[in-house]
Amino acid sequence: MSKSRNNTMRRRPGFRPDIWLQRHLQVALASLGRLTNAPLGTLMTTAVIGIALALPIGLHVLLNNLQNVSGGWESGASISLFLKQEISDKQATALSKKLRLHQRIESIQVISKASAMAEFRRLSGFGDALEALDSNPLPALLVILPKSKYSTPETAQLLVRELGLLPEADIVQLDLQWVRRLQAITEIAQRAVLVLATLLGLAVLLIIGNTIRLEIQNRHAEIEITKLIGATNGFIRRPFLYTGLWYGLFGGIIAWLLVAISILLISGPVAQLAMLYQSAFDLSSLDITTTLLLLTGSAGLGLLGSWIAVGRHLSAIEPS
Amino acid sequence: MIHFDNVSKRYPGGHTGLAGVSFRIEPGEMVFLTGHSGAGKSTLLKLIGLLERSSGGQVHVNDRNLTRLKNSQIPYHRREVGMIFQDHRLLNDRTVFDNVALPLVVSGMGYKEISRRVHAALDKVGLLNKEKAAPITLSGGEQQRVGIARAVVSKPPLVLADEPTGNLDPKLSQEIMELFGWFNQVGVTLLIATHDLDLISRMDKRILTLSNGQLVQDTGETQ
Repeated sequence: MSKSRNNTMRRRPGFRPDIWLQRHLQVALASLGRLTNAPLGTLMTTAVIGIALALPIGLHVLLNNLQNVSGGWESGASISLFLKQEISDKQATALSKKLRLHQRIESIQVISKASAMAEFRRLSGFGDALEALDSNPLPALLVILPKSKYSTPETAQLLVRELGLLPEADIVQLDLQWVRRLQAITEIAQRAVLVLATLLGLAVLLIIGNTIRLEIQNRHAEIEITKLIGATNGFIRRPFLYTGLWYGLFGGIIAWLLVAISILLISGPVAQLAMLYQSAFDLSSLDITTTLLLLTGSAGLGLLGSWIAVGRHLSAIEPS
Repeated sequence: MIHFDNVSKRYPGGHTGLAGVSFRIEPGEMVFLTGHSGAGKSTLLKLIGLLERSSGGQVHVNDRNLTRLKNSQIPYHRREVGMIFQDHRLLNDRTVFDNVALPLVVSGMGYKEISRRVHAALDKVGLLNKEKAAPITLSGGEQQRVGIARAVVSKPPLVLADEPTGNLDPKLSQEIMELFGWFNQVGVTLLIATHDLDLISRMDKRILTLSNGQLVQDTGETQ
């Protein structure tokens, strides 16, 4: 029995980064070439990935748009401060001047008893009945617009509470209930999109994993021969990982195109609708961040999917 | 170069591949391994290339104890052992050049050096003009020579051949053997499994004979 300790071998005889890089580039291009050799199959696989990714991304973009719109409404929400009956218009104006200095308040519009009356008469149709009253029963009203920093529902609520403590105050109303409801609904929708994205991401992982598994089966003989010649598992893994990466990336590009085209298709009607509401709302498409996230995410999914498949199936192939 | 010490190989199911085989091959030898089919020739070669592991005894190749070699080290071991097969085992979707280049690509060599070495190897086996051909378009003898070029292109100290002339006519077989003889002259150790007794009798080299997994005859080191 030999006592030699020569079991350790030179692992990387003269490792050179330039050759390493050259090899990677070559493998990346070769696996790309392999994909373009079977364009129909590649297109079908990437289209399935693209559609699976387009769904959550498209919904995400739509929700973002919805939030943009409702965000605008929310910051426009004002607080109505109804003063007590006995407070005169003069006192109301004085109060408004005092409140204007408040750090959370952007502007105040004073609606005097008289103008409230005028408006009521005009809009309610009870004009003649009001003539019968000897005094004006309507209170003065301060319409308060919070500064944008303090216009979220939570901070505006604080302001409402503070205003309610004023001795002149009768009722303080923050008309945000429906904005809040909308916000809650969008939050649920966002969650749903997240769940959907997770499920479809899993589906993409499986699609790529299965495609790579078939590819490994097809190239069984080649893998065996390369192992026979002294290829490490890393060397054999590489082309499959690149294939997965390409599938993911192309799937991401298809998803991007699908979403962009869909938005283009509905942006016309949306603009028309916005015009009917006298809003300058413009449907925003995929921004740079979302695009980058989509492409890196899909490429990452591709890499992960192939990694799993390769890990499971490659070690099973040993030359005989 | 190769040292078998009481090596046995049993397969699941009870079949015995090798039983207590011991021998030693020194660097620079050219040895034939013969015996009836099923005698254990292929098993012996597989143990040397670590395509299989022995079930008992010790196998040393190139001063390396294969019994204790980790799986992760197997690729690096195989790079030092050129292997030639009866069925050539070429990649049919690649050119002759790419096939021969594979061992060098695998070990991370630069393109210039690869090109130089592949051309030298193809020149040696007389296929320099076929470098762009697909292996499938070549004759059996030519395909075998591509396989030989691939086995020697990385200049391994040891080359194994499993029935390299199995499908070839006597004239082509003779050519292949002459090629092996030449490699041996430049210092390569060769172990060639064949049942072509007629051919090896003319070569005047050491012969190991296996029968039912046991070494029954060793003509001893020549020279």
